[in-house]
Amino acid sequence: MALVEETDLGTPARRSEEVVSLTIDGRRTRVPVGTSIMRAARLIGTEIPKLCATESLEAFGSCRMCLVEIEGRPGTPASCHTPVGEGMIVRTQTERLARLRRGVMELYISDHPLDCLTCAANGDCELQDMAGAVGLREVRYGYAGENHFADKKDESNPYFTYDPAKCIVCSRCVRACDEVQGTLALTIEGRGFGSRVSPSAHETFFDSECVSCGACVQACPTATLIEKSVIDIGQPEHSVITTCAYCGVGCTFKAEMRGDTVVRMVPYKDGNANHGHSCVKGRFAWGYTTHRERILHPMIRERIADPWREVSWEEAIGRVASEFKRLQKEHGPRAVGGITSSRCTDEETFLMQKLVRAGFGNNNVDTCARVCHSPTGYGLKTTFGTSAGTQDFDSVEHSDVMVVIGANPTDGHPVFASRMKRRLRQGAKLIVIDPRRIDLVRTPHIEAAYHLPLKPGTNVAMLTALAHVIVSEGLFNEEFVRTRCDVAAFGEWAAFVREPRNSPEAMEAVTGVPAQDVRGAAHLYATGGNAAYYYGLGITEHSQGSTAVMAIANLAMATGNIGRPGVGVNPLRGQNNVQGSCDMGSFPHELSGYRHISDAATRALFEADWRVELDSEPGLRISNMLDQALLGRFTGLYVQGEDIAQSDPDTQHVIEGLKAMECVVVQDLFLCETAHYAHVFLPGSTFLEKDGTFINAERRIQRVRKVMEPRNGMADWEVTLAIAKALGYPMHYDHPSQIMDEIARLTPTFAGVTYEKLDALGSIQWPCNENAPEGTPVMHMNGFVRGLGNFVITEYVATDERTGPRFPLLLTTGRILTQYNVGAQTRRTKNVLWHEEDRLEIHPHDADQRGIRTGDWIKLESRSGATSLRATVTDRVAPGVVYTTFHHPGTQANVVTTDYADWATSCPEYKVTAVQVSPSNGPTEWQLHYEAESAATQHIVPLAAAE
Amino acid sequence: MTRRRIFVSRDAGAIAVGADRVTAAVAEAAKRASLPIEIVRTGSRGAYWLEPLVEVETPRGRVGYGPVAPEDVPGLFACGLLDGGPHERSLGETDSIPWLKRQTRLMFSRCGITDPLSLDDYRAHAGGKGLARALALGPEDIVKEIARSGLRGRGGAGFPTGIKWRTTAEAKGTEKYVVCNADEGDSGTFADRMLMEGDPFLLIEGMSIAGIAVGATKGVIYCRSEYPNAIATMIAALKQAREAGLHGTPIADSRYDFDIELCVGAGSYVCGEETALLESVEGKRGQVRAKPPLPAHAGLYTKPTVVNNVLTFAAAAWILAEGGDAYHALGYGRSRGTMPIQLAGNVKYPGLFETPFGITLGGLIDNVGGGTASGRPVRAVQAGGPLGAYFPRALFDTPYDYEAFTERAGLIGHGGLVVFDDTVDMARQARFAMEFCAFESCGKCTPCRVGSVRGVEVIDRIVKGENRAANAALLRDLCETLKWGSLCALGGFTPYPVLSALNHFPEDFGLARKPAEV
Repeated sequence: MALVEETDLGTPARRSEEVVSLTIDGRRTRVPVGTSIMRAARLIGTEIPKLCATESLEAFGSCRMCLVEIEGRPGTPASCHTPVGEGMIVRTQTERLARLRRGVMELYISDHPLDCLTCAANGDCELQDMAGAVGLREVRYGYAGENHFADKKDESNPYFTYDPAKCIVCSRCVRACDEVQGTLALTIEGRGFGSRVSPSAHETFFDSECVSCGACVQACPTATLIEKSVIDIGQPEHSVITTCAYCGVGCTFKAEMRGDTVVRMVPYKDGNANHGHSCVKGRFAWGYTTHRERILHPMIRERIADPWREVSWEEAIGRVASEFKRLQKEHGPRAVGGITSSRCTDEETFLMQKLVRAGFGNNNVDTCARVCHSPTGYGLKTTFGTSAGTQDFDSVEHSDVMVVIGANPTDGHPVFASRMKRRLRQGAKLIVIDPRRIDLVRTPHIEAAYHLPLKPGTNVAMLTALAHVIVSEGLFNEEFVRTRCDVAAFGEWAAFVREPRNSPEAMEAVTGVPAQDVRGAAHLYATGGNAAYYYGLGITEHSQGSTAVMAIANLAMATGNIGRPGVGVNPLRGQNNVQGSCDMGSFPHELSGYRHISDAATRALFEADWRVELDSEPGLRISNMLDQALLGRFTGLYVQGEDIAQSDPDTQHVIEGLKAMECVVVQDLFLCETAHYAHVFLPGSTFLEKDGTFINAERRIQRVRKVMEPRNGMADWEVTLAIAKALGYPMHYDHPSQIMDEIARLTPTFAGVTYEKLDALGSIQWPCNENAPEGTPVMHMNGFVRGLGNFVITEYVATDERTGPRFPLLLTTGRILTQYNVGAQTRRTKNVLWHEEDRLEIHPHDADQRGIRTGDWIKLESRSGATSLRATVTDRVAPGVVYTTFHHPGTQANVVTTDYADWATSCPEYKVTAVQVSPSNGPTEWQLHYEAESAATQHIVPLAAAE
Repeated sequence: MTRRRIFVSRDAGAIAVGADRVTAAVAEAAKRASLPIEIVRTGSRGAYWLEPLVEVETPRGRVGYGPVAPEDVPGLFACGLLDGGPHERSLGETDSIPWLKRQTRLMFSRCGITDPLSLDDYRAHAGGKGLARALALGPEDIVKEIARSGLRGRGGAGFPTGIKWRTTAEAKGTEKYVVCNADEGDSGTFADRMLMEGDPFLLIEGMSIAGIAVGATKGVIYCRSEYPNAIATMIAALKQAREAGLHGTPIADSRYDFDIELCVGAGSYVCGEETALLESVEGKRGQVRAKPPLPAHAGLYTKPTVVNNVLTFAAAAWILAEGGDAYHALGYGRSRGTMPIQLAGNVKYPGLFETPFGITLGGLIDNVGGGTASGRPVRAVQAGGPLGAYFPRALFDTPYDYEAFTERAGLIGHGGLVVFDDTVDMARQARFAMEFCAFESCGKCTPCRVGSVRGVEVIDRIVKGENRAANAALLRDLCETLKWGSLCALGGFTPYPVLSALNHFPEDFGLARKPAEV
């Protein structure tokens, strides 16, 4: 194995039909008009020296290494910013050019430390390479002149260092921050010889606006900005292309390795979702994979009050099998079930549901998507016919208007947010519908045309009011509706939304948003060109979550914003493989590809392949499992890679349910909150330790590749196989690719998917079948999957969760850039330096009334429970609304959330809870009790001692 | 007795030598003697060696006195100032002063004559004719007229203005800009300042003509912060001119919208470079952009933009008023029309001298300038600002012409000439050039950022006598790297003063004079 080499063509590609032909060093070539000479040369294998140019950034022209001679033109223009011209004759190597390049390099080196041998970038330094390329042999200026050798290093960022002594002022870092990341945190401070990179206004990297995405580090041609892990370990010797295991963007990374040690994760230029960009999580926060708290041995215990006992895999698997058999015998076949993970691979998830359906013999399988995007599946299937987003990420480059509703992309989906921001800086218009002023509302060079700060829980009212304007003012796309949609359904819907009670004026009292702004936003969406909806859990996690998804779909269809690049309905999926876990048949009523379990033909297909009879009755959802457990009817649960005790609503109810079960099996990397109530703990493997696939928010199937052996001894899919075998339902696969073959065999939307094809294409967006052998970037191009687009009436029904004298504020929740989900991974990395605790955001008005200042401990109480955390007073939230994140288990935010849920899918209503906030002295009694209890359940007796 | 009009300059150069105090003294003396006078504060006529110049309107024309000190004023009144009476400071009829009479004043025809902020005065002295004709001609014919005149950019590069305007006019885009470079930073130059302080409406008129020609709707004057008087005058003039329809939306009652605003720099020489200037106007760090794209295609806010110097717009207004042919009739070789040459440094008659191209350098220094102020022999002249070459007497036969100067490894630049006598140390001057480059470098490109600092160090070593020959060779190599490698003219032109000093005055570096290099 070797390092995956990427060719840097120096400047970005230019898209043009028009082609220019020119001659470079005697070789004729043809490239699209607008292409730089540098790129044209590199494309035919001619390397022109360069330092400030790199393919991900627009040409800058500062290093002056890439000078060339062009026949008939005076001087020596820089090839990076000189576009090709028809008939141009270029020379890249002449005596004069050699002299000039050497002269410039001599200047560079006269202010560069000569510590190449001990430099962390030794072997991976463009300055070193270029000094060699231009044949620099001496520095006649000497080293006694003015220099930066004594400049102080900035080591404030936990993941990388900035050494100004090594800086060649190419501005690649500054430009990467501007152009790629869009944070504009860096600048060049001073001028002339004093020019140096400065984060924000002469701050340290850590204290600056830097979001630690790593784009600057990646862009740096020297050791000026370099990963601390490279300084510690050394240069990698081989790399493996794989997919990030954090959010639903699904960034492709090169895992750069030294033996089986990860040296660094570098975003891969050819990654189809991220195109070479990354965020602080995927790029740097992989330290959890080797964290000392990771559990590497299977463990069992009789009662949850007992200490854990490390045992062999055989014993642990044997215990699971015997217990589940016993429970089914005692309480019936439907007394046990499983929960699949949105962090595991497609193959693992598919096996889990297969284990439940074929091994357990029931359909008691559910997944964490239940608590996030189940309304997306329901809503989009009902309207369009497919349970997934309609576009690819690249689509955003064609958008003229973006509506971001109930999503916070710069925190939740940062790499895609950078793509959005780039398009917005190019002039696309933005509408943000969110109770909170998310960063996107106003960020460098971007300001939302409209921010509609609606009251939590009023999405459907808002979306219907937008529809009212579009229909009543005749802004809908009549032709699209007539040719592509169910006209009768449209008629009914149009009559409904047109009713005066749905007007922005009438809804103003509900949403709290001025009608004028709603009308303006509706006009912009309907008439501003290609318009796309991007939404997140702020849409789905409501009692009307499914209704809101359908309301969005209605708007997209009514305005014809479906079926081409730049438009569409785009759910931003939370976890790395939440799309995949849904696709793989993780829901109790659906087999892979969203086919209902009651459908005999589908069932027959699976029964033939699996050689078992399948239960035709849908199984239990998570919430039902817990309810049944309290009734003694559900007694055994196998949870793979999910922490329902932290992530599911109404924590106390979840814990009661778990405690009521006789055998809880948890498979995870760490002793998660759910593990406190488990009887068997099966250590999990990380994404670095197994092969498989993840599916991101754009339905993109991408390969996960093993870069090291599982530290726990078995990949998660192998554990499932062992359990199945012990239960008497042996399944046999030598490699996850064979599981994918089975998925393809049994799932029409995956029919054309193979590992070979994935390796060849890099990724595939389903549907992938005979009609679309290379996948489907944009859906519903020529017709909806369900035939005609279906309009659904979206009557606004207020949630039962109401504010009142006892609970006068509305709590909504979200996440923050540096942390991920329940924080199990990111809390075990240096990302905690940015976010040590969850805080409650509260408006100054509400804070003043309660005598609360930033940093004060407050008690947050709802009718479900109470928790304590510290406050941040900010006007990002409107008066009457409070907000917190849920990354830290100590916060116990879900102690407060209620058991209200989406009417169609039971997706919990996380985003609206009536609460009271009052000053407090510290953690609540419940938090203290919980902390003591969880500490008590974490004792482990090591294997050696147990024997 | 009729009300006599007395003229004193309000030009910063005149004020610096006491014009305000002289004005106050004149007002005081007239009041004391109960003489009815009206003091008109004009621009400067550019004869700085005569400032403060006091002129009085008489039936035989304006009679000048200068330089006048406040304490001279009572005596002037005693000698019949208001009737142009004789006095030791009397210069006779101002227009007959040979230094002024010898000039061909096209751009500066009103400067020193009129009240800069009086539109009536402006119109009474042929102001506004160019714009009126431009409105009648329309965009295409304006560009043709400019092209016919042979006008070249007066900022320094000498690029044909007609081509620049045509390129911008033909560039795709509905939003276009006209930007005036008034960041006059060259040592020894002051023409832009004089014009903005002395005839601001002319600049506005020229820019409006350009706006119509290229289809721009917005104009920006980027003026250096070191020109507070010019800034105040321009702001006042822009307001008046907008009301009078010299610019605005629309211009007069035409179908052309063109509104001008003023933007003040922040003290960076390199912001006089057009792309750095655009960055600065956009509120960014004053840093040079790589070209292409040219501003004509992607300039201010990436929109097609004409960037021209103050004098170019002034000349354009004259050309539209009087015709391209009339302008083209003047000049030398490919350098057409006139140039306001600014004489400064150690020179007897410093000031602004507008004349057609073709006059020799020697003629300018010895005849117009009258040699050095110190009375010692002239040793060198730096032409074209701090990045211009030093000319020794041996090259004084060079005609004032872009091509002729280029041929002699020099440049005209913005028309500045700085004179040095025989006490100058040319090695120090060369060092100063590198130092200036280092101080003003934006830091973007490596040759300029690092090379200028190394240049100072290498010259120091030469002067100290360390490996003179090797270091002189290194200095020459460095100059080659700077000249061909730099991103903009700051680094690119620094070799002009350095190499000209080294070539023409090697003895100052402790090097032997090599005949071949002279």
